[in-house]
Amino acid sequence: MNGLESVPVWAALPTAFLLILGGVIVVVGALGLMRLPNFYQRIHGPAITVTLGAGCLLIASMIHFTVLKSRPVIHELIITLFVLMTAPVVAMLIMRAAVYRDLRAGKGDSGVTEGGVYRLPDREE
Amino acid sequence: MSAALLGFAIMFAFSCVVIAMVFCTVRLLIGPSAQDRVLALDTLWMCAMLLALMMGIRHGSQIYFEAAMLIALVSFASTVALAKFLMRGEIIE
Repeated sequence: MNGLESVPVWAALPTAFLLILGGVIVVVGALGLMRLPNFYQRIHGPAITVTLGAGCLLIASMIHFTVLKSRPVIHELIITLFVLMTAPVVAMLIMRAAVYRDLRAGKGDSGVTEGGVYRLPDREE
Repeated sequence: MSAALLGFAIMFAFSCVVIAMVFCTVRLLIGPSAQDRVLALDTLWMCAMLLALMMGIRHGSQIYFEAAMLIALVSFASTVALAKFLMRGEIIE
């Protein structure tokens, strides 16, 4: 059938533990995205989801398929590496876009100040 | 024994990821700014990738792995395009 019965208990225990842990971490990250008051605080919520939560679930998948197929199955590492490489890139792109948008809108209460790296091109003298 | 344990763990993780998707959808709907919506959409993509991955564990098949990888790739491309659009107002300069 789907092979869940043929997995021994010593392999099912860490897989189940990592699945439950990953699920809880994913919920915590999404809760942070929904509940935190400021955008610059909210961007920290999904970071925990895509690193710790996805990492736990990917390791659980690796353990499960390694035991199920009786050979090392490590191609989940591709997704892990890709997600770990692209998550900071995406976060920085969204963050820079948000900073420039707040600068352009003149939102001083968001804590964004002009100067240094973040300088609007049309305000340079 | 192990089937019951794994079945419970997979159902628990499934419910957690679906609840996380509901939270992201709430943030996507209430905004308040455009960058919040892009961030919520990116997290929704990640949750969909995790759902495909857990579907693979549930059915014991490797096909879902490729679906998860494709979702991860498309999520990166779409989020980068949306972030570029937010920053400049155009995607291809």
